[in-house]
Amino acid sequence: MDMNQLHFPILTLITFLPLVGAVIVAFISEEHEDLIKYITFGFLALDFIVSLPLFFYFDPSTYQMQFVERVPWIQSLGFQYYVGVDGISLFLVLLTTFLTPLAQLSTWKAINRKVKLFNITILLMQTGMLGVFISLDMFLFYVFWELQLIPMYLMIGIWGGPNRVFATMKFFLYTFAGSVLMMVAIMALYFLHHKFTGVYTADMVKLMQSPLPYHLQLWLFLAFFIAFAIKVPMWPFHTWLPWAHVEAPTAGSVLLAGILLKMGTYGFLRFNLPMFPDMTHAFAILIIVLAIIGIFYGAFVAMVQPDIKKLVAYSSVSHLGYSMLGMFALTQSGVEGSIMQMINHGISTGALFLVVGIIYERRHTRLISEYGGLAYLVPVFATFFMIFTLSSIAVPGTNGFIGEFMVLLGAFLAKHIYGILVAFGGIFSATYMLTMYKRVFFNKVTNPKNLGLKDMNLREWLYLVPLVLFVFWIGIYPSTFLSRMRVSVEHLLKQVNRTTVVEKAKQEQALVKTVVVKKG
Amino acid sequence: MKVILLFVILTPLIGFLINGIFGKWTKPVAGIIAASALGISFILGLFPIIAVLKGHIVEYTYFTWMPLKEVVVPFGLRVDYVSAIMLFVVTFVSWMIHIYSNGYMAGDRGYARYFAYLNMFVTAMLILVLGNNYLLMFVGWEGVGLASYLLIGFWYEKSTAADAGEKAFVVNRIGDAGFIIGILYLVYYFGSVTYSNVFPRAEHVLGYGSTAATIIGLALFVGAVGKSAQFPLYIWLTDAMEGPTPVSSLIHAATMVTAGVYMVARSNAIYSLSPIAQEVVASIGAFTAFYAATMAITHKDIKRILAYSTLSQLGYMFIGVGIGAYWTGLFHLMTHAFFKGLLFLAAGAVMHSMRGLLSIDLMGGLKKYMPQTAILMVIASLAISGIPPFAGFFSKDAILGKALEMGHPIIWIIGEITAFMTAFYMFRMVFNVFYGEEKVPGLYHDLHTHEAPKVMTLPMWVLGILSIIGGWVGIKFGSHIPIEWFITHTAPTTEVAHEAHYPEIVLMGISVTMGVSGIIAAWLIYIKKIITAERIANTFKPIYTLLANTYYVDEFVYCCIVKPFWWVSTNFLWKIVDIILIDKGMVDGTGWIAGRVGKGLRVLQTGFVNNYAYWISLGIILLSSWLLFVKII
Amino acid sequence: MLTGYMVVSALLIAIGATGVMIRRNFMIVLMSLEIMINGAGMLLVVMSYYLGNVSGQVMFIFVAAVAASETAVGLAIAVMMYKRKKSVDVNDFSILRK
Repeated sequence: MDMNQLHFPILTLITFLPLVGAVIVAFISEEHEDLIKYITFGFLALDFIVSLPLFFYFDPSTYQMQFVERVPWIQSLGFQYYVGVDGISLFLVLLTTFLTPLAQLSTWKAINRKVKLFNITILLMQTGMLGVFISLDMFLFYVFWELQLIPMYLMIGIWGGPNRVFATMKFFLYTFAGSVLMMVAIMALYFLHHKFTGVYTADMVKLMQSPLPYHLQLWLFLAFFIAFAIKVPMWPFHTWLPWAHVEAPTAGSVLLAGILLKMGTYGFLRFNLPMFPDMTHAFAILIIVLAIIGIFYGAFVAMVQPDIKKLVAYSSVSHLGYSMLGMFALTQSGVEGSIMQMINHGISTGALFLVVGIIYERRHTRLISEYGGLAYLVPVFATFFMIFTLSSIAVPGTNGFIGEFMVLLGAFLAKHIYGILVAFGGIFSATYMLTMYKRVFFNKVTNPKNLGLKDMNLREWLYLVPLVLFVFWIGIYPSTFLSRMRVSVEHLLKQVNRTTVVEKAKQEQALVKTVVVKKG
Repeated sequence: MKVILLFVILTPLIGFLINGIFGKWTKPVAGIIAASALGISFILGLFPIIAVLKGHIVEYTYFTWMPLKEVVVPFGLRVDYVSAIMLFVVTFVSWMIHIYSNGYMAGDRGYARYFAYLNMFVTAMLILVLGNNYLLMFVGWEGVGLASYLLIGFWYEKSTAADAGEKAFVVNRIGDAGFIIGILYLVYYFGSVTYSNVFPRAEHVLGYGSTAATIIGLALFVGAVGKSAQFPLYIWLTDAMEGPTPVSSLIHAATMVTAGVYMVARSNAIYSLSPIAQEVVASIGAFTAFYAATMAITHKDIKRILAYSTLSQLGYMFIGVGIGAYWTGLFHLMTHAFFKGLLFLAAGAVMHSMRGLLSIDLMGGLKKYMPQTAILMVIASLAISGIPPFAGFFSKDAILGKALEMGHPIIWIIGEITAFMTAFYMFRMVFNVFYGEEKVPGLYHDLHTHEAPKVMTLPMWVLGILSIIGGWVGIKFGSHIPIEWFITHTAPTTEVAHEAHYPEIVLMGISVTMGVSGIIAAWLIYIKKIITAERIANTFKPIYTLLANTYYVDEFVYCCIVKPFWWVSTNFLWKIVDIILIDKGMVDGTGWIAGRVGKGLRVLQTGFVNNYAYWISLGIILLSSWLLFVKII
Repeated sequence: MLTGYMVVSALLIAIGATGVMIRRNFMIVLMSLEIMINGAGMLLVVMSYYLGNVSGQVMFIFVAAVAASETAVGLAIAVMMYKRKKSVDVNDFSILRK
């Protein structure tokens, strides 16, 4: 039944290759900084190459988990080392292996303290992030979920800006509060599943068919909801994000925006939707309202930010609002659009943080008012910045448009008013991005400190060009991506829409009552 | 043919990529590359046009762009009777303006960048025109908006230019939101956005006079209002004049701004189903035509006069498509592209030789220095004023004649009054710039004012000739008018409800009288000076001030929309809601409570190990006694 | 028979616990801890014998090993404590409180 078309533990290899790299780097003396950078980059690049077969051998015609590996872990408790990908997680895995080397490349000059530790941190984080996306055992999932929190904590705490301690504490405590709730929910789910089926299992695929009664779904759904909503972050759980982004070093911001936030949306797709279908339907309106508030609120607040990174951080709130909206529209193109939006946000916002990092590296400030007229001084850089800006405001032909349109369509088909409201969001995203662009790149050069700015160097080209290619690839030919997620999303929606669940739940409820009565 | 049609779009795209990526090296020949790309594109474009003339509809699908479950959006191109005209106008006028730009932009620092943008614009415009579905039209729609943004802000060091570009993009986005809502409704009702799928089924699916048709029509029209700068979203167009003049000519007069008209004509199958939507389109068009003309009268900046006149003429086109006579709108679109393109190019030539000066107060008697430009400007002005046999006469007359015929007498009256004003303000400009005496003696000498170079005059002459003969396709040959016959293959005129016949010759007479009297009025005031403009202005001081300040709309928008918006975002949403309420209040508040509780409980933490051991033991004893004595019982 | 063993175990644990609670000398505290562990260990062995299941005895081996390492660590801490403050009084080491 388990499908592994390669007959090779490829997911394990992808996930733990960075860990091997981390161990190797740990044995290199602190003095060989260049060697450490090369080896780290080498491992991350190798990891990306190794992950490519996932893309080529992926079978788009089935919703079954693919490249599955299943090894008993704690047999008596039903825990397994169970990993695999489907059309939902495939691109998140690839996005991770794709983005991390680019992020690492951006740190070669920017990080000059504790280089060795930094590179080990990145490698560990890679393992943690990949683990989250491939785990199909919920305890394994939790282990990886917590595992990636620590490197991020270190990354902001050690290499961050002046307010880093406060930002890290906020980031860590806030997300950890969510994690703890999730842990409780996971355990509850584990025991409740046993109660209703007589089987102890942490197998997420099995749990997706768990016949949970209505009233129990509620609390589990809420616990998972809070855990993931903090991570996404949804309005009003978003306030840790601007802090974390502003204080994090460039690579930290890229990974935070590009991948860590996706873990929240991915969690919704893996836990909330398929496991608690009744609650998903019941809470859809609430979540959609929050998402729509997030879309507009993020845009409005982004508009008036004096700090570029904060602006991009608030724009993330807005963009992920789209993702959540599409997801809970519970229509095919809505959910597909939501996944596309995750990928797009990873690429374009990741890229925006990279380009912001480039000027930060040169001028050590991110205040918009410190710049002006940069298009004259650094035209190539301005062009790259423009491309990512356009991608962020969803101009057709770039990736952003595909995701936003699909979400709009999905939301519209769920209920017209959602689509109509959110269609106006595009006005504000254009406003905040273009105002920022204008103030940074247009007008005359007024600040003499900017005069010596150098345009992009080879290394910077190297990590921005792949992102540009993806911006246009997804924008012009999204079929590559859509075709691979189609069946999985269809299956997901079928799970969400299993109508019997409600009736079954009622039966179960009756059963529980009789049992209680008998006991009494 | 399939490949040829694709290359109509690809050639400018290739030009864009060459100049965009290798601009550093192609700078000396950037203009030649761009112009030849357009030349090739134009010539290739003739093949499908000829095929259409022969009676075929050329449509190919290249690949599936968005294979969604609810709707499959192909990347396909379609040339039919409606798009053939646009294809011709766009490629041809663009080609001319590319050639002109070679002279106009010579020596500019961003020479290669300019041509890259220009080619990108044409690519997007062709996608808009040729795409075989609404979503592809939307791609072009936003694409031209983007190109327009980049080109308006081309001289980005001027803060006004940068602001104007942003304003254009954002205002257009408002329209685009409407457009996309229209598309969403189309998907909802038809499950498709492809023209060949939607139009034949439109009547069956939506039904005549249905709310659905009205909603779709109005939503799409919001897009058109934004892109074609109709009231109330017109505010970006005059600011857009900050861009280089050839750009104003190409994008903000001849092609991009007419996209809205094209879209309505293209969607005639839907608009024909909704009398309400049609009425709205025609009314907004008529209102804008009149409203913009009033503002053009008082302006002193050549390009802004032309910009307001563009608004006004676009209003005419919307009257044409709004009353259901789609071919008249497209016809005026075509002739307007010729003469308005020419007017802007001529204005550009004046600017070029006047070192960027624009105010008509500084000019006068320029005919002596720039004879060719003067003649061309007069030709174009006659065309826009609707004097036969110039192009504008036929198209404007067709629109107004149809308006009356289809039972819109009020629109007809507004149109005729606007025609008078059009002639007046155009010739006010012509007389002030080219005739009379020099207002600032010695200025021309100091500026070395001279005729524009050949590379600029040549395309102007081509457009000049078209401004004369371009309207002749609207002359009745035998039983039908050629252009009407050509377009109505796919865009049938709505059946006339009230068959009202007015003698054509009388209507023409009225139109011509309006135009001529406008010219005479201008002549009397600005050449003969029977009564000076200042005196008129002083007599009607309040009206004059209102007009000269363009009804204070920009000020209103700034004070009542933009500023409050920023204020609320900064002071309320960000500083109060986000920072204080959510972050400090809810989030840090939770932390604070935890901290307080911890402080309270700290008393227990004596730091003495023995105490801890004592508590642990007590806990164990209590727990085990509970287990022993309570649980078991 | 069994009751006797259990009483001895309980006594050992109680003695150990009392020692931990009332003594301030770290060395004594450590010794008291050892007594407690051995009390528990004894119970394990006894119950194993009584129930005829060896896992209790196996567990005791674990406990013994852990106790040994724990003592080692504890003694090391004691040495460090003494180096710092020339004292092994646990109440001198309440700095964590501040």
